[in-house]
Amino acid sequence: MSDLRDLYQQMILDHYRRPRNRGEMDDCTFSADGFNPLCGDRITVFVKMEEDKIADIRFVGDGCAISMASASMMTEAIKGKEEQEAEALFESFHALVAGDGLADEAEVGKLQVFGGVRDYPLRVKCATLTWHTLRAALRGTDEPVSTE
Amino acid sequence: MIVPAEREQGVSLDVVRIRADFPVLQQSIHGNRLVYLDSAATSQTPEPVVRAIAGFYRDDCANVHRGVHELSRRATDSFEGAREKVRHFINAESTREIIFTRGTTDAINLVAQTFGRRAVGSGDEVILSALEHHSNIVPWQMLCDEIGARLRVIPMFDDGTLDIDAYRDLIGPRTKMVALVHISNALGTTNPIKELVSLAHDHGIPVLVDGAQAVPHVPVDVRALGCDFYAFSAHKMYGPTGIGALYGREEHLNAMPPYQGGGDMIRQVTFEKTVFNAIPHKFEAGTPNIAGTIGMGAAIDYIAAIGRDEVSAHEARLVAHASERLSSIGGVRLIGTAREKVGVVSFVVEGAHPHDVGTILDHRGVAIRAGHHCAQPVMDRLGIPATARASFGIYNDDDDVDALVRAVLEVREVFA
Ligand SMILES: Cc1ncc(COP(=O)(O)O)c(C=O)c1O
Repeated sequence: MSDLRDLYQQMILDHYRRPRNRGEMDDCTFSADGFNPLCGDRITVFVKMEEDKIADIRFVGDGCAISMASASMMTEAIKGKEEQEAEALFESFHALVAGDGLADEAEVGKLQVFGGVRDYPLRVKCATLTWHTLRAALRGTDEPVSTE
Repeated sequence: MIVPAEREQGVSLDVVRIRADFPVLQQSIHGNRLVYLDSAATSQTPEPVVRAIAGFYRDDCANVHRGVHELSRRATDSFEGAREKVRHFINAESTREIIFTRGTTDAINLVAQTFGRRAVGSGDEVILSALEHHSNIVPWQMLCDEIGARLRVIPMFDDGTLDIDAYRDLIGPRTKMVALVHISNALGTTNPIKELVSLAHDHGIPVLVDGAQAVPHVPVDVRALGCDFYAFSAHKMYGPTGIGALYGREEHLNAMPPYQGGGDMIRQVTFEKTVFNAIPHKFEAGTPNIAGTIGMGAAIDYIAAIGRDEVSAHEARLVAHASERLSSIGGVRLIGTAREKVGVVSFVVEGAHPHDVGTILDHRGVAIRAGHHCAQPVMDRLGIPATARASFGIYNDDDDVDALVRAVLEVREVFA
């Protein structure tokens, strides 16, 4: 089995302790709620669109290190991207953490630190909850996203 | 047979011999010895129980209560024999008062939908406690929503004990049912059930007790408790999953309508009318979980051979030891500090989410539960999203506590 440090990489711990882009957004274009009933993680993602780009993105939530760091790093990775690009990045990210496809290394960039999640199948949902929630926001889904 | 061995700390269980009955514990997880501290979710199953279940399928498999042939007689004898074991296990007066169910949840739903439906009317109230497992909340909530009744909740103090004075005040002319957990699965608090039952009975109010976390750990005597109903599951007391029992006072069971209709619960059926079978069979429609029931009986035998007082003393010592060791680690806070506490130690680690604690402990082979423990209102009341919970059984010892403590220290390192 891999070392714990492969899962809890320094950058993940740093984002967990000092999440970026955390907070509500009053003037968001879209928002969505995500929930993991298994462990109680919850998250709300707010996005502000300008033209076709994600001009701003913020989140609020409560959860484990993996889910909170994933949300924080997602906001950094996604800002300025078009919806299509965000979807593509999610696909690569999913392949990276679930180990069920080829992740484009250049595309995932810093998110590479989540590669260790692959060895912890029970934690994949923690890493992807924020992304599912983002997708729901972009698609204007009203129902809260649930991992179960 | 397992005999309690003399130890320095006084009488203690011979855990080495007990562990030999649990092959599942003799494996390594991620390269470490498996340290199973999640018995409150589901306990492991000893060889004699596995053998009893397999033995039924191998040698005696037949339906119960209906065959004229030898195999059916044997199956029926073993099945009804298990009912007698359950009766004795909780000291009920008669086997007619023992109904086999799928487990605690099923038993509570049965009572809510039959007894509860008759006892509770529009505008009435059902009292629960702040410590309840979802399975002793939702069935009552469903009933109340349907008939326009209301749930009232006995509040708890920060240490996880119930506010008995508030309970006294809640009881009123509208109270038609009280449903309480005996021992909390989230915090380990043991409720003073006898006292709580007697307060309700002073007003003629019936009481159901959720004993899922009590029967594996402490001797239970339903007549001494005085409760009207007592529900529990086999899989938390070294028996199989999908089987449990409901104790109900005979006069209640006789008056209650059936829960489900079908075979076995009838005496006579025509298209015009059905005459229901006598209790307990009236509440056991269809072919039951025969193997599971026999396994449950074997689990009772297993616990009895070790000795319930011995089990109780052993686990109390482990819980005290684990509580002391964990609370001496900087940044670790115990959740639920009632003096009367059984089976579980819930805790949080500063700066580390319980889910991460669970992953790091699992990495070291230490299996605990992290989450809300199907008791979200308990978590909300304490203002925390979740806890890490170590729970103990007859196969745990001080080495397991050491492994737990070492792994929690590692959590502190990772999240330092
Ligand atoms: C206190 C308590 N009540 C009820 C239950 C439900 O038991 P089961 O899932 O076996 O029906 C549990 C176990 O999860 C429990 O701990």
